[in-house]
Amino acid sequence: MSQDIHVIVEHLRGQVADITYVAVAAARRLATGTGGGVAAVLLGHDGETLAGDLAADRVVYIDDPALADFNPEHYNVILADLIGGDPPRCVLFGDTSMGAEVAGVLSARLSMPLVSRCRSVDAANGRLRFISQICGGKILVEGDIPEPNALITMVPGGYKPEQGRGETAPEVTRTSVSPLGSGRVAFAGYQEPKAEDIDISTTPILVAIGRGIANEDNVELAEELAETLGGAVCASRPVVDQGWLPTTRMVGKSGKRVKPDVYLALGISGAPEHVEGMSDSDLTIAVNTDPEAPIFDVAQYGSEVDLLDLLPVLIERVRAAKGG
Amino acid sequence: MNIVVPVKLVPDLVEELEIDDGGTALDTTWLRFILNEVDEHALEQALLLKESLSGTVSVISLDGEGVDDVLFASSAKGVDRLIKLTGVDYGVNVNNHAMARFYATTVRILEPDLVLVGVQAHNDLDGSLGPLLAEYVGMPYVGYVSGIAPINGRCRVRKEYPGGLIAEMDVEMPAVLGVQAAESPPRYVAISRIRQAMKTAAVDEQAAPDLDTTGGPMVDSMFKPETAERATMITGDEDEVAGRIVDLLRELGKA
Ligand SMILES: Cc1cc2nc3c(=O)[nH]c(=O)nc-3n(C[C@H](O)[C@H](O)[C@H](O)COP(=O)(O)OP(=O)(O)OC[C@H]3O[C@@H](n4cnc5c(N)ncnc54)[C@H](O)[C@@H]3O)c2cc1C
Repeated sequence: MSQDIHVIVEHLRGQVADITYVAVAAARRLATGTGGGVAAVLLGHDGETLAGDLAADRVVYIDDPALADFNPEHYNVILADLIGGDPPRCVLFGDTSMGAEVAGVLSARLSMPLVSRCRSVDAANGRLRFISQICGGKILVEGDIPEPNALITMVPGGYKPEQGRGETAPEVTRTSVSPLGSGRVAFAGYQEPKAEDIDISTTPILVAIGRGIANEDNVELAEELAETLGGAVCASRPVVDQGWLPTTRMVGKSGKRVKPDVYLALGISGAPEHVEGMSDSDLTIAVNTDPEAPIFDVAQYGSEVDLLDLLPVLIERVRAAKGG
Repeated sequence: MNIVVPVKLVPDLVEELEIDDGGTALDTTWLRFILNEVDEHALEQALLLKESLSGTVSVISLDGEGVDDVLFASSAKGVDRLIKLTGVDYGVNVNNHAMARFYATTVRILEPDLVLVGVQAHNDLDGSLGPLLAEYVGMPYVGYVSGIAPINGRCRVRKEYPGGLIAEMDVEMPAVLGVQAAESPPRYVAISRIRQAMKTAAVDEQAAPDLDTTGGPMVDSMFKPETAERATMITGDEDEVAGRIVDLLRELGKA
């Protein structure tokens, strides 16, 4: 067993995910406590240089044509071997479409404890600590990272990706694996997102609606406001899942990342999966009848009025201000 | 096609959350437990598959406040078999490793073609249920799924990546799939039909095996996020609020 911290590099079509940089930042913090090093573990094909700007001490690189695109089963097999063979103190993943399922399977397969939704870590007096975010961002929990080894999945918010970026490329060691057979899961291809009517990731003014919009008819009011402001309407996941707006308008973990000048969040609670996509907005104004809604922790301005009362008045006011 | 949907009830976030005197758990006195939102989607997806391919859908739940309502509502929607594991309650310290072990015992007996779970729940602290359960029953797992098409002993699933990109994966059955969204929004069921189900549907009660929570972390402190950077609140009625918002926009040259 080593005192090293491993970070499993998440990448999609040649791009390393921001959450990997966040995980490296957390790993650096943990390594100050254990005295070990930080190793980035990269599984891919012709992607040796992908981990070049991670603030890791070394890169363990595993190359196979079957690893060109993510396949959870291949990751499970390779990582069970690697981690089970010489368990590091901690292994960090993103709490994402890729990381979450690999970490879960490995926890059961290797009987290694798993801490999920980890936002930040700490190392003091020989103890490693985690803080995780639960209940849609309304509650934080803290505890010791289990001994002697643990798997951890990271959520964004505790560290900036820049904190996990390094100046010099870490040394890469290639490790070979036994041939990957055709298993029970096969990658079949990608389906590109549908062509967009409007690209919300470049729109400067966004009127964002959540479940508080209550029904499909009210979406028109939001459209009207956006039009008056010269912006666009975007939404949280439940609005899109209801089919009230196309997927291209979804903001968050599974949707788009937006960075508008103004983000007007109407009837959105501010769940971490949503905040992930809009926390870089220049100015966020949130309207929510629940005074404890986590969106008020992200917004600069907030109001507890009913959005359905507000919308018609706001449309008129904006019109008047625009001199229309 | 026989499908099992193991569900998880979670605290309703609409209610105010209080931390108990011990400082490590939610105070359950006023807590309302509801079905995990994505479990509704897993259930809907199971019903859609049953309708197009025939077969059965079974729902399994631990015991606890609100469980019977969830089971009868599923029956009213078309679920064939309701199973409740007694002796364990969502309100007590059951983590996902423990829950996965419980459900694994039942899944092994039912031998389904597919197990559909919600991809995550808001109070998961030791990973999500799906991958743990899959590994305990020796089935493959793919999560973040928003479409399932079975063909010749395999499923072609749509797995979601950020930004609306979809990866298609072929998964050999039996398999556990973590559902993110059903192919259509979860169906609504009238209260009268749920009442009817309460009278006619049978709940198969089975004693849960011993609780084993190994695999999850211990929590020694629970708290609400600090409010240091909280938004400046605009008070007043909708007129005043609209006026202030327009002022803010004007300062930015947006109105
Ligand atoms: C794997 C995964 C990925 C996800 N990805 C995303 C994602 O990309 N984007 C995303 O948004 N979500 C995502 N989610 C869902 C996320 O967890 C939340 O469930 C979702 O963001 C909640 O949406 P909401 O805020 O609109 O609804 P809710 O959480 O239900 O909040 C509605 C809010 O409206 C307020 N409200 C109600 N009525 C009014 C009114 N009349 N006036 C003012 N306020 C009112 C309520 O107080 C409440 O706070 C994901 C979930 C999972 C499991």
